[in-house]
Amino acid sequence: MGLTNQSSGINVLRERFNVKSNLEQPVIALAGNPNTGKSTVFNALTGLNQHTGNWPGKTVLQAQGTFSYKGVEYRLVDLPGTYSLLANSAEEEVARDFIYFGNPDVTVVVGDATCLERNLNLVYQIMEITPKWIFCLNLMDEAKRKKVYINIEKLSEKLGIPVIPTVARKEEGLTDLKEAIAGMVRGELTTRPRLVRYDREIEEALDYLVPRLSSVIGERYNLRWLALKLLDGDQQIINHLQAQFSN
Amino acid sequence: MAMNIKDIYKGLDIPADIFRDKVVKSIYAHAEETAKDVIIRENKRVDWDKKLDDFLTSPLTGFPVMLLLLGIIFWLTIAGANVPSGILSDLFFGIEDKLSALVLNAGLPAWFHGLFIQGAYRTLAWVVSVMLPPMAIFFPLFTLLEDLGYLPRVAFNLDRVFKACGTHGKQVLTMCMGFGCNAAGVISCRIIDSPREKLIAVLTNNFVPCNGRFPTLIAIAMIFMGGALVLEKSTMLATIAVIGMILIGITATLLVSLFLSKTLLRGIPSTFTLEIPPFRKPQVGKVIVRSIFDRTIFVLFRAMTVAAPAGIIIWLAANVYVGNTSILAAAAAFLDPFARAIGLDGFILMAFILGLPANEIVLPILIMAYLSTGAMVELDSIEEMGNLFLNHGWTWLTALCTMLFSLLHYPCGTTLLTIAKETKSIKWTLTAFLLPTTVAVLVCFCVAQTVRILGLV
Amino acid sequence: MKMFEIQPGEYARVRSLEAEGNIRRRLLDLGLVPGTLVQNIRRSPLGDPTLYAIRGAMIALRKEEAGLVNVDKEER
Ligand SMILES: Nc1nc2c(ncn2[C@@H]2O[C@H](COP(=O)(O)OP(=O)(O)OP(=O)(O)O)[C@@H](O)[C@H]2O)c(=O)[nH]1
Ligand SMILES: [Mg+2]
Repeated sequence: MGLTNQSSGINVLRERFNVKSNLEQPVIALAGNPNTGKSTVFNALTGLNQHTGNWPGKTVLQAQGTFSYKGVEYRLVDLPGTYSLLANSAEEEVARDFIYFGNPDVTVVVGDATCLERNLNLVYQIMEITPKWIFCLNLMDEAKRKKVYINIEKLSEKLGIPVIPTVARKEEGLTDLKEAIAGMVRGELTTRPRLVRYDREIEEALDYLVPRLSSVIGERYNLRWLALKLLDGDQQIINHLQAQFSN
Repeated sequence: MAMNIKDIYKGLDIPADIFRDKVVKSIYAHAEETAKDVIIRENKRVDWDKKLDDFLTSPLTGFPVMLLLLGIIFWLTIAGANVPSGILSDLFFGIEDKLSALVLNAGLPAWFHGLFIQGAYRTLAWVVSVMLPPMAIFFPLFTLLEDLGYLPRVAFNLDRVFKACGTHGKQVLTMCMGFGCNAAGVISCRIIDSPREKLIAVLTNNFVPCNGRFPTLIAIAMIFMGGALVLEKSTMLATIAVIGMILIGITATLLVSLFLSKTLLRGIPSTFTLEIPPFRKPQVGKVIVRSIFDRTIFVLFRAMTVAAPAGIIIWLAANVYVGNTSILAAAAAFLDPFARAIGLDGFILMAFILGLPANEIVLPILIMAYLSTGAMVELDSIEEMGNLFLNHGWTWLTALCTMLFSLLHYPCGTTLLTIAKETKSIKWTLTAFLLPTTVAVLVCFCVAQTVRILGLV
Repeated sequence: MKMFEIQPGEYARVRSLEAEGNIRRRLLDLGLVPGTLVQNIRRSPLGDPTLYAIRGAMIALRKEEAGLVNVDKEER
């Protein structure tokens, strides 16, 4: 996959995911922890009937569909649920590669309101990869039943990202979600992600790496994330870069 | 431009584990702080959740409840399927009579009538009326349990047993998916991360009777576990027989898994982490409607794509003569000695062989094969099916061995293709075919010979 | 003490991990970083695995994995 040619990179990746490379149609990715209701959101938006079930790992095949909102047709991709994008299992790689190299127009992270802290682990990792994302805080009815109240505005402010509360099963909040997606695709809704600050040693290493990477591969990619991956010794990414720049 | 990416970050060698620790620690510290700031009241576990969990996963009640739930589901399935099965088959055979009259009155040739009405239509009708009702009852019930969140709890209860066999508790989840369709079960094995344990789960998935075999088991159980008795009793006995088969299937899964972990797929059990989701109230109405609908589509689709064409082929085999035996009879005669040794007969074994594309068609093929050699022409109830089998020399041992063979033999064509796709290996696909087949032959052989030596039939 | 030694109902705080490589990553991703509070919810009917409450989620871990986590018991 060509890191130098971003659009062909996208096409290759989108093809790998069987997403038609019709670049007119905005591509929306659905990511999130397992069992948070991604497929339920997917079904509610697209009107399709992906199987859902109350156990983590129900969806293993990636699914796609389209939905229209205010005259624009969007392509929605249901990614496998993952707890993290670091642990290098097959599903995590798929989700990560799609979000990074597939460059979706918007990534919707579906989270479980009853266990926010745990979902934030993935949220902060996705935030490193892309600024173009929306946090869909699902299962709000369960949270209410369990007497968990979340200050949505404050959360949104703390993350620097729009947060949309939903009850996907009852199709509550989905219009807000579509509105946010549309706004972000049009470029009207922007984000100011508040990234995690790591400890001094890591931040210094990042400060050192990012400019050097930029002098080699330019500004196309999110270099901070790339630098993190290099520091992590992510062999796959190193190989990609190596193949690209060693000749 | 010749350059080495490694040069860029040379000298920054933070050891990978330490780096990772720091990153994750920062992220969680951040997450904790954010969560603390925005959550207004702490997550308090609701009481009934805990009570239900105490009941479903405690040492005392965990396993009995599991068996009881299995029992209730199968009993409801078997008891409930009788009536709609009867209605459907009356309907279909009523239509068949009309179609026959129509075709014959129109002056179409007898072979046309045979091929399309007696072949394609009848097989299709049979598959739909016998397969659909139990599935349309079983699946909604099963899906309700799935939506409640019961399946991962079964995995939690049984993990110890699977670990002892060198595999993964999540295999339970893949087995549950196998009830619907073994091909789906095989795909769901992706939830197991360790390649070794994933492969074991793939290779043993067909010991769970799927959509296509499970009604076959029920039908045979209904006939032979007390067909002559009063209906309630026979339902009870059939339920017990079917549950017995499922338990045998689970035992086979465990033993074969153990065998694989000691031979072809040696290794130590990998890590096991399984998140147990909170109980969620299933959307009863929606689940029932949805899963009945899904199953109907599934069964109709299979009936159309596999059963109808198979019906045509079988009708041809039964009606094309070489000398004065049909191809079908000749093939059955050839298979007969071996088949008898494992408690079947030539026709049954042939039905299994021809049933490779889909397990749904095994019984219809068998019935058609018997019909083509016997005197009976009409067959529209389970009692008549019983008589047909008895006329062809079935005993309870034949029934038992047929059920065992159906439970244990090779996966259907679709599943094999899926296995080939998932493993990307001809070797493992072949193993997936040969391993269960060997098990089926061995088990049936031992059972048949033991019973005969003991003079029980 | 090791994490699997906490008894049902008891709490403990994570001190350190003894795992390496992939298992370590997995445990970290579950939120088992030093300082995290965990509770043993119950043991499976056959004694293993054990269900733990970790950061609001219920996670089942076998003795092998829970044995890689050093914890300090915490009275509550
Ligand atoms: N009460 C409630 N339940 C929901 C809601 N959204 C989804 N669910 C239920 O949560 C369970 C999981 O939903 P799925 O859509 O299968 O979750 P998923 O994120 O696709 O899960 P994986 O495919 O395993 O990653 C199902 O039983 C849904 O019915 C919601 O807003 N409220
Ligand atoms: Mg899903």
